[in-house]
Amino acid sequence: MTTLNRRSLMKAAGAAATLSLVGTAARADDKIKIGFIFLGPIGDYGWTWAHNKGREAVDAALGDKVETIYVENVMEDASAIPLIRDLAQQGCKLIFTCSYGYMDQTLAVAAEFPDVKFEHCTGFKRTDNVATYNSKFHEGRAVLGTIAGKMSKSGTLGYLGSYKVPEVVLGVNAFALAAQKQNPAATVKLVLIDSWFDPPKEAAATETLINLGCDIVTTHTDSPGPLQILEQKGLYGFGQGADMSAFAPTAHLTAIEDIWGPYYVARAQAIVDGTWTSTDTWDGMKEGTVVIAPYNAAVPADVVALADGVQAGYKDGSYDIFTGPIFDQDGVEKVKAGEIMTLEQLASIDWFVKGVESAS
Amino acid sequence: MSPEFVIASIVTIIGLTTPILLAGLGELITEKSGVLNLGVEGMMLMGAISGFVITALTFNPWLGVIGAAAGGALSSMLFAVLVLQLNSNQVATGLALSIFGTGLSSLIGVSFTGRIVPQFGSIFPDALAKDPILKLFFGYSPLVYFALAMVPLTAWFLKSTRAGLILRAVGENDHSAHSIGYSVTGVRYAAIAFGGAMAGIGGAYFSMVITPMWAEKMTAGRGWIALALVVFAGWRTGRLLAGAYFFGFLMWLELFAKANGFGNSLPFVQAIPSQFWAAMPYVMTVVALTLISSRGNVGASAPACLGKPFLPST
Repeated sequence: MTTLNRRSLMKAAGAAATLSLVGTAARADDKIKIGFIFLGPIGDYGWTWAHNKGREAVDAALGDKVETIYVENVMEDASAIPLIRDLAQQGCKLIFTCSYGYMDQTLAVAAEFPDVKFEHCTGFKRTDNVATYNSKFHEGRAVLGTIAGKMSKSGTLGYLGSYKVPEVVLGVNAFALAAQKQNPAATVKLVLIDSWFDPPKEAAATETLINLGCDIVTTHTDSPGPLQILEQKGLYGFGQGADMSAFAPTAHLTAIEDIWGPYYVARAQAIVDGTWTSTDTWDGMKEGTVVIAPYNAAVPADVVALADGVQAGYKDGSYDIFTGPIFDQDGVEKVKAGEIMTLEQLASIDWFVKGVESAS
Repeated sequence: MSPEFVIASIVTIIGLTTPILLAGLGELITEKSGVLNLGVEGMMLMGAISGFVITALTFNPWLGVIGAAAGGALSSMLFAVLVLQLNSNQVATGLALSIFGTGLSSLIGVSFTGRIVPQFGSIFPDALAKDPILKLFFGYSPLVYFALAMVPLTAWFLKSTRAGLILRAVGENDHSAHSIGYSVTGVRYAAIAFGGAMAGIGGAYFSMVITPMWAEKMTAGRGWIALALVVFAGWRTGRLLAGAYFFGFLMWLELFAKANGFGNSLPFVQAIPSQFWAAMPYVMTVVALTLISSRGNVGASAPACLGKPFLPST
């Protein structure tokens, strides 16, 4: 570069920012290697933190037979492909790609390595060596919505999300529907910030939702930042992915905890035993993948009873928030009275229910 | 729109603006001395973790801010030694500093993730700071007032002081400044250290004020916005202030539009994808650059020696 050109510099800077850190948990050549592709930093105290807990569970349970390798901060674009491929070339027999946005990248690398097994989190495309697994986070959202609908004074709830992907759409809809069961007039203002992890933007979005009249804000992004804002303002919210009560002792009503360990251990064991097959697993509260953290003292006893009722209903199969009639934002009936949405319908949902306020 | 909503929104915009204003002011001084330091993101993260760690250890956020400034300045010295002593390429070295700062801050932060630290109290009585109207003036973190005070100070320093004149001379014509006896390298060391300290304080605004916690990469790219801001401002202090608030306003507008703040009252505005607002700071920087260069006075705005190594002939 002979002359200085700031525009090209900014481009180079962007490219540099995509560089990721590679971490190796243990070293031993005779062990079966298992790789993990992580979306955020393992210290995000949310989504990736929970997945890393699952990885640590594999180490703890099968550490004498397997070794785990992870790559964190992997972007959901073409740059994921060489990183997934690198794990396969390092000899990993099983690779977990832990976010929806790695779907086609996982399939592309899986086609190159037919002997390596892949597991794509929250996706729906499977092949002989690509399995998918998901968690029914929306069951947890129904519990949060029940609490929010009952406790909100303004009836205006905030939902801070990342992207319009099925997991988030399901979360928004379950939250809104459950809130409307408690308060039929409840509305949910939705902000999708186009990022899973951006604490300052999450904080500013939370402030904006509060300024627009929301008195309870639930987050579907991965940092505890929004809870800290709610704590400062004396309002309420919920933890995402992990118990975040340490960051907001008063504002943190409860949290959805993602428990990946049992699934990861079972799948790693299947590789060790040679019994792995491509499956689609979508566990929830019943199986213990989605867990509701302890309630804050601020949740009144009658609200606790309602929330526990939703949990019990999911565990014994008597409750499903996606039971019709369900209307979309324009008031069109999408699910008829008495019908329950199928898993296929849930997995590809792309519309919001009535009462969700959002822009493009 | 109620006055309370407008005031609350201004408070949000000021929160979005302050870190990029701090880092932008630092980078402005660095670039005025003729050094392009692309390591702002890394220095901000180093400041964020340094401030957080010092606050966690001393329970004193004021010491934390000093620590943040020191952390940013120390990491900038790494860059300074490489580009001033060894004449390495400023662009490559700056990018390396960004990557290095990101990595080192993550490493230092491992044992501080999930820790809670004391926060700044308000420097004004609660009657003023918590009042729904008066908080517009009194309801901010001390760092906000610091950032605002630094704007006229920086302008005064560059325009009206002898030291500021020397700094600009070094940035505009290093050989002339050298020939009349000024230490080009010394001035640049100081300018880089100031840039690092300000970026560090800007970073601490994230880890100590907005969301008082440590999380890896928590500045989430604001360092690059600060760099764009300096170009957008045409290396002028006043425009830097205006630009910082303009960028902050655009960041707020994106979130406001997404939360359907416009409602159905402005269907035209509502139809604009929110990604449009997110891209605006960068689009505006390109527009500003185009305007500056179309007037043919690029040389008059960017320091003439920006990015060039100083190699004295003797």
